Amino acid sequence: MFTMISLVQPATLDEAYDVLMKSKNNTILGGCGYLRMGSKRISTGIELTKLNLNYISEKDGFVEIGAYATLRDLETSPILNKHFNGVIEKAVAGIIGVQFRSMVTAGATVFSKYGFSDPLTALLALDCDVELFKGGRMPLEDFLSRPFEKDILVRILLKSNGRKAVYKNFRNAASDYSILNVSVSRLDDDFRIVAGARPSTARIAKKASALISGKFLQSPPDEALISEAAKLAQEELNFGTNMRGTKEYREELCRVLVKRAIEEVLECK
Amino acid sequence: MKIVGKAIPKIDGLAITTGKPVYTEDLSTKDALVIKILRSPHAFAKITSIDVSKAQQVEGVECVLTYKDVPDARFTLAGQSYPEPSPYDRLILDQIVRYAGDEVAIIAAVDEKTALLAMKLIKVEYEVFEPVLDFEKSIGSSTVVHPEDDLHCNFDMGMEKGKNIVARQHIEYGNLEEEFKNCDVVVEETWYTQATAQSMMETHRSFSYLDHAGRLVVICSTQVPFHVKRMLSIALKLPSNKIRVIKPRIGGGFGAKQTACTEIFPALVTIKTGKPALIVQDRTETFMASTTRHAMRVKVKMGADKEGFIKVIDIHGLSDTGAYGEHGSTTVGLVASKTLPLYNKTKAIRFMAEVVYTNKTPGGAFRGYGATQGTFAVESTINKLAEKLSMDPSEIRLKNIIKEGENSLYHYDQMLGSTALHKCIDTGKKMIGWDSKYPRTVLGKNKVRAVGMAITMQGSGIEKVDMASAEVRLNDDGNYTLLIGSTDNGTGSDTIHAQMAAEVLEAGMDNITVLSADTDVSPFDPGSYASSGTYVTGMAVVKASEELKRKIVDSGAKLLDVPAENTEFCGDSVKVLNKDRSISIRTIAEKSVLGGMKNQLSGFASYGSPVSPPPFVAGFAEVEVDLETGKYDLIDYVAVADCGTIINSNLARIQLEGGIVQGIGMAMYEDVHYDYKGRLQTNSFMQYKIPSRRDVKQVRTAFEESYEPTGPFGAKSIGEVVINTPPPAIAHAVYNATGVWVSHLPITPEKVFMGMNR
Amino acid sequence: MQINVSINGKKAAYEIDNNEFLADTLRRHGMLSIRKGCNTSNCGLCTVWIDGKPVLSCSLLAIKADGKSITTIEGVQHQAEEFARILVEGGADQCGFCSPGFIMTVLAMKNELKNPSEEDIIHYLTGNLCRCTGYMGQLRAVKKYMGVE
Repeated sequence: MFTMISLVQPATLDEAYDVLMKSKNNTILGGCGYLRMGSKRISTGIELTKLNLNYISEKDGFVEIGAYATLRDLETSPILNKHFNGVIEKAVAGIIGVQFRSMVTAGATVFSKYGFSDPLTALLALDCDVELFKGGRMPLEDFLSRPFEKDILVRILLKSNGRKAVYKNFRNAASDYSILNVSVSRLDDDFRIVAGARPSTARIAKKASALISGKFLQSPPDEALISEAAKLAQEELNFGTNMRGTKEYREELCRVLVKRAIEEVLECK
Repeated sequence: MKIVGKAIPKIDGLAITTGKPVYTEDLSTKDALVIKILRSPHAFAKITSIDVSKAQQVEGVECVLTYKDVPDARFTLAGQSYPEPSPYDRLILDQIVRYAGDEVAIIAAVDEKTALLAMKLIKVEYEVFEPVLDFEKSIGSSTVVHPEDDLHCNFDMGMEKGKNIVARQHIEYGNLEEEFKNCDVVVEETWYTQATAQSMMETHRSFSYLDHAGRLVVICSTQVPFHVKRMLSIALKLPSNKIRVIKPRIGGGFGAKQTACTEIFPALVTIKTGKPALIVQDRTETFMASTTRHAMRVKVKMGADKEGFIKVIDIHGLSDTGAYGEHGSTTVGLVASKTLPLYNKTKAIRFMAEVVYTNKTPGGAFRGYGATQGTFAVESTINKLAEKLSMDPSEIRLKNIIKEGENSLYHYDQMLGSTALHKCIDTGKKMIGWDSKYPRTVLGKNKVRAVGMAITMQGSGIEKVDMASAEVRLNDDGNYTLLIGSTDNGTGSDTIHAQMAAEVLEAGMDNITVLSADTDVSPFDPGSYASSGTYVTGMAVVKASEELKRKIVDSGAKLLDVPAENTEFCGDSVKVLNKDRSISIRTIAEKSVLGGMKNQLSGFASYGSPVSPPPFVAGFAEVEVDLETGKYDLIDYVAVADCGTIINSNLARIQLEGGIVQGIGMAMYEDVHYDYKGRLQTNSFMQYKIPSRRDVKQVRTAFEESYEPTGPFGAKSIGEVVINTPPPAIAHAVYNATGVWVSHLPITPEKVFMGMNR
Repeated sequence: MQINVSINGKKAAYEIDNNEFLADTLRRHGMLSIRKGCNTSNCGLCTVWIDGKPVLSCSLLAIKADGKSITTIEGVQHQAEEFARILVEGGADQCGFCSPGFIMTVLAMKNELKNPSEEDIIHYLTGNLCRCTGYMGQLRAVKKYMGVE
């Protein structure tokens, strides 16, 4: 169980950031789903309900997801379901249960860069930016590769450009962490292949993505090319062993899931 | 029958579903001290120093106890009949800790926050020893888990504690060597079953206080109140009649609560402080520091003639009982006693086993109790044998299984009283579509469907050991009170016992009040384990009710001034035969407490059986396998059971469905896992996956009723037999689909995949 | 600190610790139907409604409930009993420990989903674990309650 000495609910982002930076052990509180499983020592917990960041809206060609939008909000959002072949809903629907998803926030999920995360893989396959209070706006891919720095994630932005994405994950028990997850997206001739829960955090398979994208203009990908891309994705990414699966098995799964995801995204209208 | 066999709702159903405060924690008092336990982080260590002084000084801390503050008599936490076939290898707190999670200190404080704060201030230094974690390397390991001299066994179980051996077994009939020579086909295989966690929704918890007579009262979530009372008496060195144990409504057990994991701690604190005390294990503690199913390695060698008659079965078991031996010696026997009697065409059988200590969470009781492990090994071997003989697996079983009136080598002097197993197999085959689906159907390039099967038996109570008593009393208002000791875990045993009494007394469910599982009030009962509730306690209930009925008739006849032979019992009255004269039960009851008759009526009976009539289940699994990944969906599971006469049709069905799903969990997902230092990694529902709603597509059930002459209304048991078939049936289906025998549970997609691609 | 809530239709002010979770607050104030079956937000036993939506009270910091309306099974006894009777009629009550959380989720589902399929029902209820019944009896009861074939 974690311990917390005091708790504040600031009315502005400036206030929230000031408190966050005041002490090493001050922490932004999301849904606390992951927090309560650990034994972190928090000096001041900063709760952002008053900032009204629990929205999902469309503006200027982007879908905006406020940091406090819950995974359940993502799942049931009529806005998100219109876009991206409904991939966000598919990525979050299998997580634990409705009650759990009603509490876990999109902001905490992304900011924490959890390896086991399902939605992170789907977001990375889309044209996704994150907006940090201090760090400003940057592509999700950049954010994921940066070292940890204290900040507040304010919103997630998805370019509503017609990109279609497919999400595949592999678990043993239905409400378990994924053994591996994969998302493949396509916008015209641009394909993006992402694998996550490797068990480490989602990453784009750049070479494999380039292979499919490059060849696509010449002719639609055939079985051989798709297999080659899947193999390349497996080779360029790193996989590991944990209680749920071995490195070798994850590598096999990557090839199969990427292949299937590419086949499926090619069929998206 | 009017009430037996019907879908009677449970008498506690509405209260427990709508959240009424009737469980242990709800019944604790607001002023109860809260107990927290400091646990060992090491799998094997000796406490070289422990300083609780700072912890004791925290405001609100009542006491902090270490191994220096507790009685030094070893005992067992096992809920078994006395004298227990369990080593007395425990102390309340020991200087040596034997698994990661073993108790080091007891903290009692005014609230949880204070207790946890105090716990952080306890300073402990350990001398860490090398643990023995692999049960296959335990015998003769340089690590001896129990080196102490004051360990004591009630019997000679074959213990050699210097070698980490808790118990040995050896049963042999016939000439194995000779019989194997004469077999046309021999199959030999080694199977591994994993440790699994009972995972009942209510964790272990106990509450204790001193009553108005200075007696210790313990309200606890237990399956064995009478055994708990005795255990507390031994461990606390307190006279047994100064202790009262009460089981209120509890949130499941499945065997976990046949080991008294928590009762001793509040009891000790209450004795020392005079104050009420409460301990509630959180889920992590229940995973880490209660008990699990015994992991086992079971080698089976089986020989048959070319007609498919199984002539010889040789089983060798190795069982991992973890740090303490509670149920070690008793579980291992069922590997053979609940498999070998099924196949009675054998001319020679042998069972040998060793039970070993390791530095892990102790093995305990979990539904099936050894039969589950044995069934996986034996049934899987039979399935292998069937293939080698090119025989349908259902045919080989129908050919070899025991019939009514027959004996077996294992039970040479006993004739099987009842079985409908043949019908269970036939019905199950029809329901799943065995003939058209066996062995497999190829659906596409990478998709295959296949079926598999297994059969199983269990027992009904422990023959010649279990004994239960029941009392039925006629109250002054004409209604009845049924006093029993059996412990309803939520299964509905209170309800079915009321049904039985109501059937005999021709009364309604509303006329019977059930008082159960209070050691001051209830007649003795071993508790709910070994599937004894319906059969053993049930028979006592029937006999007690019959005795009361006779007494009512006698009293009625007296009041009517006619000989008893001229009267008959009519449920609400006693009537004179062929005459229009009667007296109501109500009137008899009223008069029985007045000066005139001055004879309150009650019936009392004890029952124990020389036999343990087996219930049977035939289980069939259908899987659809994704050959590219090894993932399989269990698209259908059919289970057909023979539990003798069904006492309550709803409850029997739910028992079967619930047990099958637990078996599916064991077959597919559940796995107790330790790290290289012996620390439990699967210590939460996040890591230890019991089946969720989405994991179970379809479980279809049916019953084939036999009639057991020694059972109440012809009933046997159902509580445990229901869990055994899924692991072997699913392993069989996966084999039929992929050619891969997964011999080490659980059957994960990775194991299937690696098997296909090796 | 103090939070002001509406609990089962009544206004209340609760004194809380800042790192206290709602499940403990509610049990302290007599709502003993709230059970904690795990400590990793997996089992659903502690389900209550916040503003009518089902959440895990064990994982909700009590401070987050400030200003909200909380509903426990104690506050919807009539509806709960209507469904509970169907459960009990089918024998799917068993130990009952998972039932209040389960029933709160079922009632919330009835309010939220219109004409759910069997698949929708199973999906909505996945976060409520049960170890006794094997789920089949619970599904039969829910389908009967919701009038689904």
